[in-house]
Amino acid sequence: MIINGVSIDATFAEAFPMKATRAIITAQNEKWAMISAQAMTGFATSVIACGCEGAIERVLDPSETPDGRPGVAIMIFAMGGKGLAKQLETRAGQCVLTSPTSALFSGIDGGIRIPLGKNLRYFGDGFQVSKQISGKRYWRIPVMDGEFLAEATTGQVDAIGGGNFLVLAESQPQALAACEAAIEEMRKIPNVIMPFPGGVVRSGSKVGSKYKSLGASTNDAFCPTLKGMTKTDLSPEIESVMEIVIDGLTKEDIDKAMKVGIQAVCDLGAANGIKRISAGNYGGKLGPFHFHLQEIMA
Amino acid sequence: MSALTFTLKYKSAQRVDMSPLVCQHLSGMSITEISALTLQSGKLKLRVDELFTISGSDAQEIVINNSVDNLDFIGKDLDGGSITVNGDAGAYLAFGLKSGEIKVSGNAGLYAACEMKKGYLEIAGNAGDFLGAALPGNKMGMKGGTILVKGNVGERAGDHMRRGNILIEGNAGDYCGSRMTAGTIAVMGQTGRYLGYAMRRGTLLLWNQPKLSASFNDCGAHTLAFLPILFGSFKTLNSRFADASEAFNRVQRYAGDMSEMGRGEVLVKL
Repeated sequence: MIINGVSIDATFAEAFPMKATRAIITAQNEKWAMISAQAMTGFATSVIACGCEGAIERVLDPSETPDGRPGVAIMIFAMGGKGLAKQLETRAGQCVLTSPTSALFSGIDGGIRIPLGKNLRYFGDGFQVSKQISGKRYWRIPVMDGEFLAEATTGQVDAIGGGNFLVLAESQPQALAACEAAIEEMRKIPNVIMPFPGGVVRSGSKVGSKYKSLGASTNDAFCPTLKGMTKTDLSPEIESVMEIVIDGLTKEDIDKAMKVGIQAVCDLGAANGIKRISAGNYGGKLGPFHFHLQEIMA
Repeated sequence: MSALTFTLKYKSAQRVDMSPLVCQHLSGMSITEISALTLQSGKLKLRVDELFTISGSDAQEIVINNSVDNLDFIGKDLDGGSITVNGDAGAYLAFGLKSGEIKVSGNAGLYAACEMKKGYLEIAGNAGDFLGAALPGNKMGMKGGTILVKGNVGERAGDHMRRGNILIEGNAGDYCGSRMTAGTIAVMGQTGRYLGYAMRRGTLLLWNQPKLSASFNDCGAHTLAFLPILFGSFKTLNSRFADASEAFNRVQRYAGDMSEMGRGEVLVKL
């Protein structure tokens, strides 16, 4: 398959079941909601070492938030429910509770309920106040700038992590420009996040390493500087490869995000140095979810 | 199916215990069976059809017409369905209400919504003393749900209240929110003396500055984030509480009752 001069590999991205949650952070203005959201989703690029994958899903209009203030929806994914709950609580406590004027709300009504502000309330040292409004429990925790309002719980749902595609380009600036265009379009799709910095990862990994202590190491088959040293997957004209990783609530959500992302890359086309789209997989042995590139773009 | 309607024929000389006439008890019963039920009235047991003309068949939607103030225990322990009272209700209206809704077009007597658990009670007129309170000697009053009173309420509204909302468009008598454990009482009108007497936790939300006891301490003026959410939850009500122009989030906060636990609050609109 070739779209606008870009070859789409007959391969697939391999993804894994994860647990996910969404939270809504509001603040006095969008600037402070965003600061809090960025803090909460910082150091959350990969479960390999961060404990979770998280990112901002989208900015919310005041009409969409529970307290009518500007807000930001964030999503966090982890390999298990226990880990997710721990990450959520730790991050909420250190990054949102601490952030001026912030409030924190559930972003998923259904699912298994996991603590959001439920345990943060103890920071109130007995001065915290509970309010049950329309069946939802909120905690009002006295803090130095006033009150931190947090919904007691949010929903944990089954989700999918690790959807991905690789952008192979003739130069590093061209690869990055294509990924930026893809991310811009993918951020318009609900229920997905691209957890790496700016949504793009330049250090795609393979399973295993020559060093026993490492479970993952650089994906040498796609490293352009190793073309003459390893069993490469790159043709001579490829000088840079970048990857976009997608976590989403459902397979359909990831399908949609991959489609618009790949389309945005292909719209730049061969004329802008984009030569190929590929994807990362482990031969289909590790993850039950397969995202076939050519099927998605058909 | 039309609503199961009880139209009062005359006002009994004695008070009448209406507790058998709730949706869950009448469901599946024929009009003949309902007619044969008896209601305690003083020392007498009156057949339902002696007091009421009965029509309709939908027991999930009960209407009581020509209701008067000696019909007690209307909607006692109601668990789903609705009861509409056209006229006044006696004492213990919505006693122990579990779920469903009760609407009264007139006034209600003492102990309305006493120990109510959930559901919705709307009183278009006034309510008597001990609205949403606990029975004498009991420690737990209203435990959930919402009460809306469009008129005034008597003394001790929310006595021993534990959870839920009491919304009063008019005035509240003395000892409003006394011995509250938690929950919210909102009063748009004036409040009487000894507001929040011995309250432990909970919120008294007021539109007008009350006369507070010395055991309430001023915590200053604040903008509270939970108030827009609270007012948002009133939007579906047929009430001034649903009016966005009545909502506010800037309040003077008083903490009390310091002679008790002191974790309660009186929030006064600024």
